[in-house]
Amino acid sequence: MSGVHVSTTINGDPVEFACPQDETLINSLRDRVGLTGVKEGCGTGDCGACSVTLDGRLVCSCLVLSAEVNGKEIATVEGMVEDGKLHPLQQQFIEHAALQCGICTPGILVAAKVLLERNPNPSEEEIRYALAGNLCRCTGYDKIVRAVQAAGKEMRKKSR
Amino acid sequence: MRYEAPGTTKEAAALLEKEKGSVHVLAGGTDLIVRMRLGLVEPDLIVDIKHIPTMQAITASASGTRIGAAVCNARLGENKALKKAWPGVVEAANLIGSDQVQSRSTIAGNLCNASPAADSVPALIAAGAKAIVVSKNKRRTVAVEKIVSGPGQTSLARGEVVEAITLPKRPARSGDAYLRLTPRTEMDIAVVGAGVSLTLERGVVKTARVALGAVAPTAILVPAAARAIIGTKLDDAALDKLAAACSAKCDPITDKRGTIEYRTKVAGVLGKRAAKIAFQRAGGVL
Repeated sequence: MSGVHVSTTINGDPVEFACPQDETLINSLRDRVGLTGVKEGCGTGDCGACSVTLDGRLVCSCLVLSAEVNGKEIATVEGMVEDGKLHPLQQQFIEHAALQCGICTPGILVAAKVLLERNPNPSEEEIRYALAGNLCRCTGYDKIVRAVQAAGKEMRKKSR
Repeated sequence: MRYEAPGTTKEAAALLEKEKGSVHVLAGGTDLIVRMRLGLVEPDLIVDIKHIPTMQAITASASGTRIGAAVCNARLGENKALKKAWPGVVEAANLIGSDQVQSRSTIAGNLCNASPAADSVPALIAAGAKAIVVSKNKRRTVAVEKIVSGPGQTSLARGEVVEAITLPKRPARSGDAYLRLTPRTEMDIAVVGAGVSLTLERGVVKTARVALGAVAPTAILVPAAARAIIGTKLDDAALDKLAAACSAKCDPITDKRGTIEYRTKVAGVLGKRAAKIAFQRAGGVL
């Protein structure tokens, strides 16, 4: 099988790699680019642990072929830290102990960031709907919802 | 496996025609890539249609709205004019999967994946939607209900690709709605789905189309259910007739999501409720 050369932007940096034509983005991110924040839960688009953004839209990286991302922009959890400072979502997840085993956390952070950028003041129901594609088997979601609300509040204050 | 991303429909059709092995069209990939991973399909060639501008466009014209086959479902919900004209089609498309899936999945893909429980298909059938099917030497327009021929099977010939789904021009005082029954509100597959589209004249149903999903090998149009409400103001007797016609047309299976008896009954209930919503959206007073 001949490979494909992929030229893309990840967390703002230009990245190039070569991979088989049927390789999925999650495997390229983890094994070729070294971004292991993206996790594989199900591999079939049900759990959201592999969530990243592709040209600003939230996707499961297990359901994207790497060949598709040529010329596109990807953002992962690794890009959330700015100037060595945790993103308000990351900080609030720590404050609220909104994680236990941590496997789902990177995907949830990326999904919650997309939500807050679109809707800075989401209701609890809106948060639960927006995170419906991200499964967590530890927390029972309550702490996650509260952490997202708190991060939203903090971000609204900052943007004022 | 070879991956190709042509820039025009013509190039895509040429690639599909030329390949002698197993070939699959890639739109959002939310079904195809899962099936590849599970080993259910082993493509020799994947033709990604997302780089084809006409397949990425939503365009309104005098004859209606054309939704390119590569337009992701999230974009349908973001399109205010489309949502206003066809709220039922848009709500059906937006019910499919999570936000992650919405960013990728398409109504054309939902149609061609040919699941009996596909959410957008009953809504599209009720809307009178058509698929524009293109191959190397031919272009044809096919009613959506003629595309799916059985679970996982379509009437598309080898070398054919759906370029777009078209919705007809909407007369005044029209409304549509789609409802599905699922045990959970999100991330679930329809036990039953019901789509209704209708147009009123002086408060009376003038034309209607009723379609059901997950109650037969394919989504089905139920003309008798439409006849039951045409000429009425959707009174209880008309709604009961609609429900009976929906249930009578069901040919479901029993599986973990529901029994034959349950699906047959719920089809009538959902048909009624969807008709009421469509009626109110058309400006009708119940």
